[in-house]
Amino acid sequence: MAEEKKLFKVKIDNISVEVEPGTTILNAARSIGGDVVPPAMCYYSKLQGSGGKCRTCLVKVTKGSEADPRPMPKLVASCRTTVMDGMEVANITSPEVQEARKGVVEFLLLNHPLDCPVCDQAGECDLQNLSYEHGAEATRYEFKRRTFDKIDIGDKIQLHMTRCILCYRCVFTADQLTEKREHGILGRGDASEISTYIHQSLDNNFIGNVIDVCPVGALTDKTFRFKNRVWFLKPMDAHRHCEDPKCCGKTVLWMRGDEVFRVTARKDKYGEVEDFICDTCRFDKKEKSDWIIEGPRKIDRHSVISQGHYVNTVKPKDPLVEVLDGRQPKLLFDIHSTSEVNRPEIDLSKIEGPAHSDDFNK
Amino acid sequence: MGRKLLLDKAHIEGIRYYDTYRANGGYAAAEKALKSMGAEAVVEEVKKSGLRGRGGAGFPTGLKWSFIAKPEGVPRYLVCNADESEPGTFKDRYLMEFIPHLLVEGLLISSFALGANRAYIYIRGEYAWIPDILEQAIAEAKNKGWLGKNILGTGYDLEIFVQRGAGAYICGEETALLESLEGKRGNPRIKPPFPAVKGLWGCPTVVNNVETIAAVVPIINIGGDEYIKFGIGKSTGTKLISACGNINKPGVYEIEMNISVEEFIYSDEYCGGIKGGKRLKACIPGGSSVPVLPANLLLKTAKGETRMMTYESLNDGGFATGSMLGSGGFIVMDEDQCIVRNTLTFARFYHHESCGQCSPCREGTGWMKKVLHNIEYGKGKMSDIDLLWDIQRKIEGNTICPLGDAAAWPVAAAIRHFRDEFEWHVKHPDEALTRNFGLAHYADPLPAPAPAAV
Repeated sequence: MAEEKKLFKVKIDNISVEVEPGTTILNAARSIGGDVVPPAMCYYSKLQGSGGKCRTCLVKVTKGSEADPRPMPKLVASCRTTVMDGMEVANITSPEVQEARKGVVEFLLLNHPLDCPVCDQAGECDLQNLSYEHGAEATRYEFKRRTFDKIDIGDKIQLHMTRCILCYRCVFTADQLTEKREHGILGRGDASEISTYIHQSLDNNFIGNVIDVCPVGALTDKTFRFKNRVWFLKPMDAHRHCEDPKCCGKTVLWMRGDEVFRVTARKDKYGEVEDFICDTCRFDKKEKSDWIIEGPRKIDRHSVISQGHYVNTVKPKDPLVEVLDGRQPKLLFDIHSTSEVNRPEIDLSKIEGPAHSDDFNK
Repeated sequence: MGRKLLLDKAHIEGIRYYDTYRANGGYAAAEKALKSMGAEAVVEEVKKSGLRGRGGAGFPTGLKWSFIAKPEGVPRYLVCNADESEPGTFKDRYLMEFIPHLLVEGLLISSFALGANRAYIYIRGEYAWIPDILEQAIAEAKNKGWLGKNILGTGYDLEIFVQRGAGAYICGEETALLESLEGKRGNPRIKPPFPAVKGLWGCPTVVNNVETIAAVVPIINIGGDEYIKFGIGKSTGTKLISACGNINKPGVYEIEMNISVEEFIYSDEYCGGIKGGKRLKACIPGGSSVPVLPANLLLKTAKGETRMMTYESLNDGGFATGSMLGSGGFIVMDEDQCIVRNTLTFARFYHHESCGQCSPCREGTGWMKKVLHNIEYGKGKMSDIDLLWDIQRKIEGNTICPLGDAAAWPVAAAIRHFRDEFEWHVKHPDEALTRNFGLAHYADPLPAPAPAAV
């Protein structure tokens, strides 16, 4: 007889769901899906120990459990709080949570430069989405925003410390995917910054994943820098056989026409990668011939990337050929040779001011 | 004279050294605990005594000790939190400087009760000279067989280590302290799991304040039943108060928790009144992070009762009209002090000490500091006061560790009780640069409550 697992009954915004013990509130909400899922800026299911820092996923526990029905005194970070049997959670049904979340978004944007027009992350930025959905329309901050000295961390990755929201995802990535740790946090409080200690360049084959995990534009692909906006590109699922045993080789190619602009890992609807990819796939394989293309990537219809309707687009055809039953069109006559009206020898650009009939009578 | 339990022998010359300490009844409690009581009996005795954590939160120590997980084959640790960094608090320093053996003895008894074979004293880096005093005391105790292997032939082993911090306020938060002790960046951990289950190096750990551990010694000496006769109600025993500010006799006082705040400030035995014959304006009774109270609410509660120096009485009325005993950093302000400036000082401190891990504290503390700076220097607007209120409200309770709350409470209390002073700063920016608001009506008797509307 198969061992029967006891499942915990949880109610989130009055929707019941049964999950395994040890599941966090956030993951329980994700198993429901839809609007009850709290936003998460720092939690990343693929990274151990992440979460709890950004405080956007705060929820109210209105009933602790069946055994102890007292509500929790404070709002809790849903990404790090595990469910109890009979727990009742309020997310979008609690004005207190909405208010606190609005506050957190304001705090996150306080020192953010809001340079979205020149930021490569724009269009796929978690912070943009978050502030669009939960933020206020204007800031109340009247002071100079914090800046940092620029640090060059190599020719593949671009670090913009001013945009960073200190989610620590890249620190966990560097810690858990690469063998040696050179990447961490310097400084304290709002002067903290992501840095590679003593400005070391990072030479591990998996360090490029920090670009994918970064929720904002603090870490972007230098090989893609200023090349294109993401919503002008067509994301295509593709794969190749990668020599690196740790790399899954399954990627998304961001293409325009036949040109591959950049390669990223595949991200799910919560902005988390399905599997990490190596830097060879990410930075060095930018030819269409390197890849086996599977088909267009499904992008959430709310995303600006799908607003361009690049999904399912095909190369524009020349309709004339079709109309002419496959015959190539040819020039029937040159109008200059048959008309007196047209005077090709008179160059309009050479005439000063507006053209007059006298100009043609010379 | 109030009765003393911790500092009763502090005046004896040479009490710092083992021989004098022992000759004056030292290590009798350790002998009693190890030889005739047993671990469970010690925990029971501490539970009976009603001892509450002296670090600030006031959590019952016996209860905390009974929470520690006891899995087989996993070591347990006792960590002594000597990272005393709260502005206004300096009681542990006094204790460690003058009677270090009291702490060593307390650590021995507490570790024995918890079954810990290693104890750590995490001391703030700014107390540069104290680790030497402690290490000397530990060496002396070890020499005499009070530490090391097979103590008093009971088969119990204990080693005590002193670890210096690098001077971060946040490392006084217990999980940040553990991270720092492990050699990592002192960022608070996300709870749960609590240290009692997963603490130092993933093992069950108890973190206690210096004074809490020292207080275990008199409890074992006189017994929990006797200890409970000190103090009132749930505030049992004695408490070290580090009094500072505009008083005649600043210093560390051991009080029995049955005196009134008025007596503590004005009696010659303690603070000796306000310096220069001035009048009391406000007081922060428990270290910088607890709410500030105006004089009229400090001496009498909103219900008109006399406010006592106890956990309950200082907290009477909640944060609306009360405060906290906290860590016992008693800061007194006279009529010439400016609340706005004082609040700015604290806001600057918390901004500087925020670890930067979670967003509300990292960004909010700096914002509050900047807004307060504007108000203090005559550039404030009326809307800034409401803005401050809104910021603190959004920090409080939404952070990983209590530093966010500690940063929010002083600002909240200052606006709650001294809003007219803030408004005066905004309305008279030039005058505010040259003089202070003064005592105003803050010391006036509380108005009688208006009759309820029918």
